[in-house]
Amino acid sequence: MQMDPGLHKGEGYQYGPNPKQHYFSPYSMNGGTVLAIAGEDFAVVASDTRLSEGFSIHTRDSPKTYQLTNSTVLGCTGFHGDVLTVTKLLEARLKMYKNEHNRQMSTSAIAAMLSTVLYYRRFFPYYVYNIIGGLDDEGKGAVYSFDPIGSYEREAYRAGGTASSMLQPLLDNQIGFKNQEGVTKVPLSKEKAVFLVKDVFISAAERDIYTGDNIMIHVTTKDGTETEVFPLRRD
Amino acid sequence: MFRNQYDNEVTVWSPQGRIHQIEYAMEAVKQGSATVGLKSKTHAVLVALKRAPSELSSYQKKIIPIDDHVGITIAGLTADARVISRFMRTECLNNRYAFDTPLPISRLVGMIGSKSQIPTQRYGRRPFGVGLLVAGYDDMGPHIYQTCPSANYFDCKSMAIGARSQSARTYLEKHLDSFLDCNMEDLVKHGLRALRDTLPNEVELTTKNCSVAIVGKDMPFTIYDDNDVGKYLSMIEGEERSPGAGAEDQKPEGEKDDSVPDPQAGGPAVDEPMDHD
Amino acid sequence: MALPTETDMSLEFWRNGPTPGGLYNFPGQGTSTKMGPIKKTLSPMVTGTSVLGVKFDGGIILAADMLGSYGSLARFMHCPRLMKVNDSTVMGAGGDYADFQYIKSVIEQRVIDEECMNDGFQYTPKSLFSWLTRIMYNRRSRFNPLWNTIVVGGLQDGEPFLGYVDKIGTAFKAPSVCSGYGAYIAQPILRNALEKQPNLTEQQAKELIDQCLTVLHYRDARSLNKYQIAIVTKDGARIEGPISSATNWDIAERVGFFDE
Repeated sequence: MQMDPGLHKGEGYQYGPNPKQHYFSPYSMNGGTVLAIAGEDFAVVASDTRLSEGFSIHTRDSPKTYQLTNSTVLGCTGFHGDVLTVTKLLEARLKMYKNEHNRQMSTSAIAAMLSTVLYYRRFFPYYVYNIIGGLDDEGKGAVYSFDPIGSYEREAYRAGGTASSMLQPLLDNQIGFKNQEGVTKVPLSKEKAVFLVKDVFISAAERDIYTGDNIMIHVTTKDGTETEVFPLRRD
Repeated sequence: MFRNQYDNEVTVWSPQGRIHQIEYAMEAVKQGSATVGLKSKTHAVLVALKRAPSELSSYQKKIIPIDDHVGITIAGLTADARVISRFMRTECLNNRYAFDTPLPISRLVGMIGSKSQIPTQRYGRRPFGVGLLVAGYDDMGPHIYQTCPSANYFDCKSMAIGARSQSARTYLEKHLDSFLDCNMEDLVKHGLRALRDTLPNEVELTTKNCSVAIVGKDMPFTIYDDNDVGKYLSMIEGEERSPGAGAEDQKPEGEKDDSVPDPQAGGPAVDEPMDHD
Repeated sequence: MALPTETDMSLEFWRNGPTPGGLYNFPGQGTSTKMGPIKKTLSPMVTGTSVLGVKFDGGIILAADMLGSYGSLARFMHCPRLMKVNDSTVMGAGGDYADFQYIKSVIEQRVIDEECMNDGFQYTPKSLFSWLTRIMYNRRSRFNPLWNTIVVGGLQDGEPFLGYVDKIGTAFKAPSVCSGYGAYIAQPILRNALEKQPNLTEQQAKELIDQCLTVLHYRDARSLNKYQIAIVTKDGARIEGPISSATNWDIAERVGFFDE
């Protein structure tokens, strides 16, 4: 995780032998963590609600999850200016699709579109980490994860953002049953998934200063999306 | 129409101070099937009569959604309506992108006015051949607007355009005072009754040839087609029609015989050069 | 962005006078043989410091002092940095003062244009905030930023609204917002107060803001004890000031290096 853009932002006051140097960086890192898990007939997408910059917390109430359609939720972190732009752009593109095709965009189609939206800015990228969770055309849970320039793949579970490197190994162990011997691989239930989400975020909030305040958890099933807010530590 | 030497170009005045090309374009609206719009204090409703150009084809859509808070019905050239609706959708999308708010209906309609005016004053171009009823809801409440090929637009309490729409307007004028306090269902019923008055006596509104759209407070623009209009149609089923309306000999002013095609009969009217819906 | 290098500069200054005919051209006519790179704000000149904002029961309050700093020089002492947009919307800006004046003039013109439409619609805090966010983001994307942090406040559908947007398009809404040094010094004070009492009265909010500005004046070397506040309630928007807060420098003489 590159933290540089946030740390040398020009607002800080300096003193020393040299004149004050302000220089312009078009990026900053506003932190935050997103997570998506696919089950047999559900998908969970969660994010924390803290928005930070350097050592400041901008707000404690800025979820990084975006309900795109009835069956698709996007998790989007990184530079918040780009996050706002990407999600606004997606919102417009989804509406255009609905106007032209008279139906909502499927999760897989949204994923393919997001990839091209991101790659369009290949040489001045959106500094955002995207994870899409939702139901696929057969009603099965689906997770798509992206890098900032549009490379993507479908997976069973994925964490993104500042605490992704803390969440991912735990998910590998608990959902992927990695590094366990003689384990019976039971299918993941909705309750277990939500329970795990809370657990891994609590752990992440202990160590990552950019993760905290609250978790927003979206559980998507064929009946729609249910949203839950769960408190994290606020320091 | 009555040809004369001053009607060849949109940039040419007649000695009477008229521009015949624009007036011809206005006639195109009257060839499209009828559509009605009306509003209460809380809702705006559009009701439209659909035509099938032939036995083999499906019924042409009349109601076009523009954004969550606005939609239109069309009368005239369908293809021109598509150009305008695409323009309206883009403007609504842009407004949401920039201002995070739905585009006020008055401004949207004003933009159509400005856009439509251009080809009424340019050599080698033609006016749009379509009239719209715009139904929308914004901070100022519900709205019904009418737009014309002449680039005029009108803020209406209720309005009907299209073939034989005079009968509908007569109905609307008669009941105008009751609309404001109507609930949503009663408003739709008034709309359907007005639309039914444009039909010949032997023709009925059906789930096939009729669409309804509603927009209002806490209600996004919603279209009711096919089976979904059944529930509204059944509310006015068996009701007596307005006396005089729909009579075969009725010739509302400004409308000619050939602009009264039977919506049930397949095939376009005899001398209809293009698809008017 | 090609900045002139050392060798470029020396060529410019030591090539033995103007080009033949060079003096006969009016400046800015574009006929001169050598054009410089396009000028952009890549560092601020005259700057304002923090802007503060906090919600209270039925409204919001913004505050900003009136100093225009030229680097570390306290250059201008009467720079209003708050702006009333309409009866439900105000904004304030820190950062480059010229850029703020440019934004201010653009918004004022748009408010007039909108008034001319006479359709009853006007900017709301939400729509102005969204628009500013797009402007700031688009300018940064063209590497020509408006060097400001802007706080937008007002009443949106009867509810208090407070938003923040900076020069690269980071934007958020919050119950209390502070830009610049205020983010470190005033924000903790505001959050503490809101934690204890989420629904402040207008008077309490005013006193709280005064307290924050006093502390900022003690600690922020680019601040001035002369500030304005903007208040929006259902009765309208108003800008008050200049105001000075009561300060106490008694402990100054006990500080070691003060009289050295």
